[in-house]
Amino acid sequence: MPAKVTSQVSILVADDDAQDTMLVRLAVERASLGLKLQSVKDGEEAINYLMGRADFANRHTHPFPSMMLLDLKMPRLSGFDVLDFVRRQPGLKQLPIVIFSSSDDPKDIRRAYDAGANSYLCKPHSNGDLAELLKALEEYWCKFNQFPACD
Amino acid sequence: MDMKKLEHILLAKDNEDYALLFERALKAAGVEARLNVVSDGQEAVDYLTGTDPFSDRTKHPFPKLLLLDLKMPRMDGFEVLSAVRQRLGFTQLPVIVLTHSDNPADVRRAYELGATSYFRKPDSLEGLDEMIHVLHAYWLKFNHFPE
Repeated sequence: MPAKVTSQVSILVADDDAQDTMLVRLAVERASLGLKLQSVKDGEEAINYLMGRADFANRHTHPFPSMMLLDLKMPRLSGFDVLDFVRRQPGLKQLPIVIFSSSDDPKDIRRAYDAGANSYLCKPHSNGDLAELLKALEEYWCKFNQFPACD
Repeated sequence: MDMKKLEHILLAKDNEDYALLFERALKAAGVEARLNVVSDGQEAVDYLTGTDPFSDRTKHPFPKLLLLDLKMPRMDGFEVLSAVRQRLGFTQLPVIVLTHSDNPADVRRAYELGATSYFRKPDSLEGLDEMIHVLHAYWLKFNHFPE
């Protein structure tokens, strides 16, 4: 028997496309995946969330995530800016960050890894593919993986 | 890039029996991957840099994934991680720590040094099979590598 995913993993989704975030939420709910989602709509909000600043100061309503799913092309601060910030920030640099982008441009992929992305996923074109991707994401990051503590 | 198979996995592990178990699990999962095994951290670095005796890239191709134990002689997993990410600048190689330790300080330090993820070593054959399946599905089907 395959091991069950037991604990809920919290993921911060940073994406300026509200519809994409909604589709991710819907797919997670439909498949009853053990993923608890929080979302922000640009890079600046992502950094504020991680730092517990501005609208995100309350850790009961905005718990610190186990990992982040990060879009690249966003207004204000891009995903690359967020990566640069996180990887330079003591107490935060260890946070696993998975890129979730519609770009499959090798230049973006290379730049994301160079900036410290843990993995790079492309947004699928169909809901079926999205469900499959999120299932694989849950199995990979939640079954065997241990998350680091951040502070 | 050929995404049909994972092709080359480098396992850095100070235990030959484990390498055999791993090889068996790859076959059982139907994963077409070639497993190269090194037995300590210094060998892992020599392998990645193509240093003698690993200079022949047809026999010792650059891996698609590195599975890295932490406790190894000569150079431990943490030292390998910092060499890979800092000194050698291999930012695009997924390095998955595979260890018995679930000490939070080890987990945190591994990520700080640039580990891609941190896996508790499964303690049953079924667990190992499942881990291989999950690794394969994620890195083969979904993750994107440059070029």
